[in-house]
Amino acid sequence: MYRYDEFDQTFVQERVAEFRDQVARRLSGELTEDQFKPLRLMNGVYLQLHAYMLRIAIPYGTLSSRQLRLLASIARDHDKGYGHFTTRQNLQFNWIALREVPDILDKLASVEMHAIQTSGNCIRNVTADHFAGAAADEVADPRPYAEILRQWSSLHPEFTFLPRKFKLAVTGAAHDRAAIQTHDIGLQVKRDETGALGFAVFVGGGQGRTPMVAKQIRDFLPEEDLLAYCEAVLRVYNLEGRRDNKYKARIKILVHETGEQAFAQAVEAEFAALKGKTLTLPADEVDRIGAYFASPAFASLPGRSDVLDRAVANDPDFARFASRNLHPHKATGYGIVTVSLKPVGTPPGDATAAQMDAVADIAAHYSFDEIRVSHEQNLVLPHVRLDDVPAVFAALRNAGLATPNAGLVTDIISCPGLDYCALATARSIPIAERLTERFADLDRQHDIGDLKIKISGCINACGHHHVGHIGILGLERRGEEFYQITLGGSGDEICTIGEIVGRGFSSGEIVDAVETVIDTYLGLRTSPQENFLAAYRRVGEAPFREALYAAAG
Amino acid sequence: MALYRNGTFVTDAWSFPPDNAPLPAAGAVALTKARFLAERDALRDRTAPVGVVLVAGDTLDGLVDDLPNLALVAIRFPKYSDGRPYSLARLLRDRHGFAGEVRATGDVLRDQVALMLRAGFDALEVTHPGTIAALRQNNIVAVRHHYQPASAEASETRPGPRPWRRVSAALS
Repeated sequence: MYRYDEFDQTFVQERVAEFRDQVARRLSGELTEDQFKPLRLMNGVYLQLHAYMLRIAIPYGTLSSRQLRLLASIARDHDKGYGHFTTRQNLQFNWIALREVPDILDKLASVEMHAIQTSGNCIRNVTADHFAGAAADEVADPRPYAEILRQWSSLHPEFTFLPRKFKLAVTGAAHDRAAIQTHDIGLQVKRDETGALGFAVFVGGGQGRTPMVAKQIRDFLPEEDLLAYCEAVLRVYNLEGRRDNKYKARIKILVHETGEQAFAQAVEAEFAALKGKTLTLPADEVDRIGAYFASPAFASLPGRSDVLDRAVANDPDFARFASRNLHPHKATGYGIVTVSLKPVGTPPGDATAAQMDAVADIAAHYSFDEIRVSHEQNLVLPHVRLDDVPAVFAALRNAGLATPNAGLVTDIISCPGLDYCALATARSIPIAERLTERFADLDRQHDIGDLKIKISGCINACGHHHVGHIGILGLERRGEEFYQITLGGSGDEICTIGEIVGRGFSSGEIVDAVETVIDTYLGLRTSPQENFLAAYRRVGEAPFREALYAAAG
Repeated sequence: MALYRNGTFVTDAWSFPPDNAPLPAAGAVALTKARFLAERDALRDRTAPVGVVLVAGDTLDGLVDDLPNLALVAIRFPKYSDGRPYSLARLLRDRHGFAGEVRATGDVLRDQVALMLRAGFDALEVTHPGTIAALRQNNIVAVRHHYQPASAEASETRPGPRPWRRVSAALS
């Protein structure tokens, strides 16, 4: 993991001091709420329906047990005893007092954390594949590049007041777990024909009210040009991006209106002027950052684990867990364990302070002290010996964290929705809760197989409904909530935006409607191996539309 | 209104005649980009300094060849959350080597002062009373450790081996 040196530590503490001064001016009345708003947003403080919300950055979703314990203590001491992991690998506390925020930031700084640029019209927390450094299918660990981008983008003097927010994601594998094509800049680490490392660069993806899949504007960008190229993209966007309409201000609109080729040319022209100068990354500095992310000292182990095999054979609960929540690791004899934050009937992504402590303990014991936060709002133990997986399962079960549903119908992404969010038009968490209740039966879930349901409580699409295999968008009409269903979206390397299937459903109807969609899939799949998305891509929306609306006429 | 330049408040020697007003016979004048371009040839005969005022949305197109003859480029922030002037200032300094005064005007507030100085502004035209007071009292709390080279290279140090790090002196 990356460790702060004296410079990094000073930077974060200076930022806390700066924000403390801004909070003091707000509390004294020198700043009005309107004047304070952009300042607090720059440091992750939102004013929500009931209270201030503080969003803490978890760069590229990587945490140590010490950091997770500190987050647990903040949940206990400053919130209601729980926190909410977000789709951008961050953590939100929803019940925070503004006057306590500077002290919370001081605590975060003590474990090398911060809330810098977790909101506002600036470059947001850089996300990465949550299996980075552990995945069997990885070309290279994306986290060193994500860390370099985090540093470069932190309080960048030119890019602090962009037309709109700006999100970067990096993946190191061809199979995209980081949804890079739904980001403002998506980077895929790859090698050229000489074996040199670099990036495919995607620009202009995004969700919201105008969902767009990013365009690839560079097939191979050499590693040393990473920052110069990103600076070029950001400069073109800062100067040319629309500022007349907040809903047309993301870079995706600029790319769309300029045209992919003309936009790429503008970036290349800017890049030509920046290339080879102060932003060039020296290989030894990339290596120095990379060394922080070196693999832990994996033991030399056999590929099969008798302990694991016996547990699978003897314990059906464990077998189910292992079939869904255990993933291939690059080191023989190790696995990656998904810790589901989606038990039946609770808000997706929520974890109590006790659960955070429990995961910290398990990680310290069994996973080289590392925890990841996934954009699917789960936690990940990246480096677990296969022999230890049964013990990890038992420990997780004690903490209520062993739900064996990774990637299944109840592993739902949901935004906070109208229960918390001032922007929301409908509730989303209760829909997620009712869906998990409807599909609580584990045999049924495992029979349905891979299925991503994503729920947003408004058109801003924080719940990523556009790229849900089944997407649910909550809207409001004449005081009534209703829910639109989209089908066939996907955020991975074959990125597609889901299609609206027809008129929306009331809050009372939506769970039945989703069940109808799933039953329709079960009826038409060629075999249990043909998952929902594959089946949808084969047959299109017609059978689903018919099943949903035929009865109504 | 007060003009803060290179760490201290100074009197402003520049005048900013409206587009339709005749130019004063003497003294430094700064004109809109449109007027400057229209009257460029006549302005060459002026001995007093000439500057240009840009507003957000203006580009440097058509101005680059004139930059060596300009003593001031003022860039107006229509509101402090409009970040385009930062990129213009950086282009002036880094791309075009502009050595004259780059002045921030408009919505200039204390919380952005440090960013403006790093982006290449060396003068700030301030109307906000709290900001004027904070600058006078040297009471601006800002981050001095930076993770990216910007456009204040001459006044910043480079600590340690990572080539992108910079440290600026305290505001004074």
